[in-house]
Amino acid sequence: MLYVRLIASRLLKAVIVLFMIIILNFFLIQMAPGDPAAILAGEAGATDAEFLRQLTERFGLDQPLHVQLWRYVSGVAMLDFGFSYRQQVPVLDLILARLPATLLLTGTAFVLSLVLGIVAGSLAAARVKKPSGSIIMALALIFYATPLFWVALMAVVLFSVYLDWLPAYGMYTVGAGLEGFALALDVGKHLILPATTLALFFMAIYTRMTRASMLEAAQQDFVKTARAKGLKNSVIQRRHILRNALLPIITLAGLQAGQMVGGAILTETVFAWPGIGRLMFEALQQRDYNLLLGIFFFSAALVIVFNIITDLVYRLADPRIKEAS
Amino acid sequence: MSFFARFAQNRGALVGLIILMAIILMAILAPLLFPESPWRMVQRPFLPPLETEGFPLGTDTMGRNVAAGLMHGAWVSLLIGLVSTTVALAIGVPLGAIAGYYGGLVDDALMRFTEFFQTIPNFALAIVLVAIMQPSITSIVLAIAIVSWPPVARLVRAEFLSLRHREYVEAARLVGQTNATIILRQILPNTLSPIIVLASLMVATAILLESALSFLGLGDPNVMSWGYMIGAARTVIRQAWWLSFFPGVAILLTVLALNLVGEGLDDALNPKLARERS
Amino acid sequence: MTDTLLSIRHLSIALPHGADRDFAVEDVSYDVARGEIMCVVGESGSGKSMAANALMGLLPKGVRATAGEVVFDGQDLLQLTETQHRALRGLRIGMIFQEPMTALNPLMRVGAQIGEVFEAHNRLTPRERQARALELLTEVGIPQPEKAIRAYPFELSGGQRQRVMIAMALALEPELLIADEPTTALDVTTQAQILDLIGDLQRRHGMAVMFITHDFGVVAEIATRVCVMREGRIVELGEAREVLEHPRHDYTRALIEAIPSNAMPAAREADQSAPLLEVRHLQKVFRSRGGLFKPSREVHALDDVSFTMARGETVGIVGESGSGKSTLGRCVVRLERPDSGELLLDGVDLTSLKGEFLRRERRRVQMIFQDPYASLNPRTRVGMAIAQGPIANGVNRQQALKEAGDLLDLVGLGVASAERFPHEFSGGQRQRIGIARALALNPELIVADEAVSALDVSIQAQILELLEDLKQKLSLSLLFITHDLRVAAQICDHIIVMQHGRIVEHGTAEAVFLSPQEAYTRELLEAIPGRAQVLATA
Repeated sequence: MLYVRLIASRLLKAVIVLFMIIILNFFLIQMAPGDPAAILAGEAGATDAEFLRQLTERFGLDQPLHVQLWRYVSGVAMLDFGFSYRQQVPVLDLILARLPATLLLTGTAFVLSLVLGIVAGSLAAARVKKPSGSIIMALALIFYATPLFWVALMAVVLFSVYLDWLPAYGMYTVGAGLEGFALALDVGKHLILPATTLALFFMAIYTRMTRASMLEAAQQDFVKTARAKGLKNSVIQRRHILRNALLPIITLAGLQAGQMVGGAILTETVFAWPGIGRLMFEALQQRDYNLLLGIFFFSAALVIVFNIITDLVYRLADPRIKEAS
Repeated sequence: MSFFARFAQNRGALVGLIILMAIILMAILAPLLFPESPWRMVQRPFLPPLETEGFPLGTDTMGRNVAAGLMHGAWVSLLIGLVSTTVALAIGVPLGAIAGYYGGLVDDALMRFTEFFQTIPNFALAIVLVAIMQPSITSIVLAIAIVSWPPVARLVRAEFLSLRHREYVEAARLVGQTNATIILRQILPNTLSPIIVLASLMVATAILLESALSFLGLGDPNVMSWGYMIGAARTVIRQAWWLSFFPGVAILLTVLALNLVGEGLDDALNPKLARERS
Repeated sequence: MTDTLLSIRHLSIALPHGADRDFAVEDVSYDVARGEIMCVVGESGSGKSMAANALMGLLPKGVRATAGEVVFDGQDLLQLTETQHRALRGLRIGMIFQEPMTALNPLMRVGAQIGEVFEAHNRLTPRERQARALELLTEVGIPQPEKAIRAYPFELSGGQRQRVMIAMALALEPELLIADEPTTALDVTTQAQILDLIGDLQRRHGMAVMFITHDFGVVAEIATRVCVMREGRIVELGEAREVLEHPRHDYTRALIEAIPSNAMPAAREADQSAPLLEVRHLQKVFRSRGGLFKPSREVHALDDVSFTMARGETVGIVGESGSGKSTLGRCVVRLERPDSGELLLDGVDLTSLKGEFLRRERRRVQMIFQDPYASLNPRTRVGMAIAQGPIANGVNRQQALKEAGDLLDLVGLGVASAERFPHEFSGGQRQRIGIARALALNPELIVADEAVSALDVSIQAQILELLEDLKQKLSLSLLFITHDLRVAAQICDHIIVMQHGRIVEHGTAEAVFLSPQEAYTRELLEAIPGRAQVLATA
């Protein structure tokens, strides 16, 4: 019952946020310099006056603003994101075709960064004054400062061009006609570089956060209680300190979901990974604004889904929430 | 102990400060050492580094001087980092202060607004904004500021929330100080340290964002930037890896230096935490 | 002599560089015999907990024992390795702490946390551990132990959590129990129950207890022997009865005098004809705001509260936490707005004031706050902190600062302190600054909210003396809010006892203190540790 109510309230919130994004999208189109019709058509390509006139009519661009807004909002509500005139395909179809690849990439990177980050962070916290702890933190600091797209490029140079260990581009070997397990293996191979490079930055964030959070938790009174019981240090670290330190990390992970989708745009661009990030780059190059805004909307929706999941996980992890809310 | 002595106790912060100084020096010296536009084609393309005099880092795909680009790029990175952070602070600090001080419905409304911006994927929004406003220094600064103010607002709000029921603030209300005086004189000065630390980290993030935008081709077409240099050399990475390598190192060092300085500031401004951490 | 369990010999514990003194304790020696309760008494900073932490191997980072020995059952604990020490903790020596709210892991069920003690020392099977945990919870008197064992700490009250802590400490029947201020954070009535429980368990299990406290009342209540500490050294050591009846040191005497006896200050009759403050049917309900999908909750902080106080009078509002006493004070100074009812100050209704009008009227009622460390802006010079009020009310800056200097002189700090920052002052001095600030606006009424509760007993006495002195000089009207009946009895003309947002009893200090009419007031009085013993010996 509690969960039903909770999910209901989160979904309502999500709908409101998505609605606001639609409105934001609408005003972004209005804000753009030049004729909105030309923008919808993809700027430079649409010199045909007749075509522009058709667009103006179809989207009611000659109508007052609130009529336009209504048309736009009701359109998106029916999952009509318009048409990519550049590619001559509905925007929705383009996005849905590319979505699974992005989910695979970001999902893998998310799990990878979270697991490795927490492990590295707790190691660093347990070895606060030792060189090994300092090395972990120095690495985390460097990864945190490295531009994602640059790591990706350098990884291509090192692992694909120079060492020739892993494929540099795409999601699977084109024309190999693989199936079943062989295909999965092939995709897995292609996934390693993009997922790892995407995960590095976030791993650095989680490492730093885990360490800080654990050092803070270690100051709490209940840790002294645990020591007074005669518990082993390793048990105290794991059961008392880490468990309490994880709560803020769950919250952070939810907030980082948005950044991860942003990072996917860069990694997918470098590795030609056929997801919505790469699609966004293509839309950008062709000035295909309709497609751009559609992807923007979907990436926000993706983040909201991530947020709801982390919210539910948090509630599982913290018994106090049930009472408080 | 003086502020600087505490700052200097953090060895990394000192290193960061030195790197940062060097980069600022690069930006200042750029127009003196390379008075010509970094966009000018001056030699044949694809010169490798350390082979031709006057071109220590070689030339790019169009025969432009990589060293000149690197120096001029420092200026753009620092400028955009600083200005966009200032704009973000100008949005976030007042919003957070008002939300935290007044609480209630005002707080609710402002925080929903902030959460909305926090939910939207940062980088995607920045891309859309710059693409639609057309790439220019102004649009890039605005886009970065618009996606980076929410953490400021949240931090300032949290500080205000915890300070507004502090006894000295209640005492100030009791003696009849006005809300404006209380916000500006009693509370804000006590929130400055975390804001300064956050700001130094935001400059770093802004530089990363700018380089990523330029990498995707959304840089100001009139100024040379590190991200653009990497992006332009991306397609020739197999033949000339160094074209992407050096600008990347420049970004890495700048961002790293700013992060180190930020940590040093944190230690210096919050001495209690620093002792526990070391 | 008796069978010595623990013997501390010439123990010195060094503090890290930069602390306010070199040694936390210096050359300290005392014994604890089997089956006795040894009370170690001292104010904050006396180093009273340090020896206990050393023998548990729980000294804070950077603090270490530099000389002496701590012999427990023939073994010097200072020489043990961490593994040997760990084997002792929880098994032969148990410990409970001051803050029950934070001493339990918030994410683990109570049963699991008790079970951990057995696990740490490889005793019993998991199923037996839970059975034992249930027995222990029953023994420490937790209501519904079957339910409590599955509860998370946040579902229990402070007193119940402290009982869980005791159950944990007793799990393996240790020979020595260390209790580090276990009742300080609790309400008076809960405090008495926990003290009874510890005394009772000590007798039943025949263990030795090392009880660390700042309160001589506790000593009178349970101690066999007592060790009084001050600034890291032992001031007095002996049989509890002997020390209580014939303290040899002035410091000990001062601490003992803080236990309430029936000696009352001479009562003064104030002029009741023209009341300064009239409180009529005050109501205040706190609602936790519910959302669209969650219900809201209500707490009645003030429930139909009415009383009057005369000019020049000191009225004490006494109650435990949650009684609504602080809300009442905050309503009177209008930091909170009551839901209904009237607050008439000299005939003017304060409840109806709003915005700019309220701001201008505020100077008439001022407040002295509880926490001397939070009540001054760390970035404002002391003189300015006092002058800010007059400046906000239109006095020119020069004049206001000059008057601030005079006030600092009046509260005994000297004009020169105006240029200094709050962190340069001690807690007691800061409280004086807070009093000066409250006086700066010449208020008609001053509300003192737990104004001495955060201070050590000896400092408390000085601040109370200052207030008494100012009352005489300036004929102040004072609303004195406190949880401590003893303090109220010392300074108040009238006392109002509150519980659950209502006034339970209202009368002259003498009447309330010496012949309470209501059961709850009697309960509060009886719960004060040591009072019965002091009355018996007097």
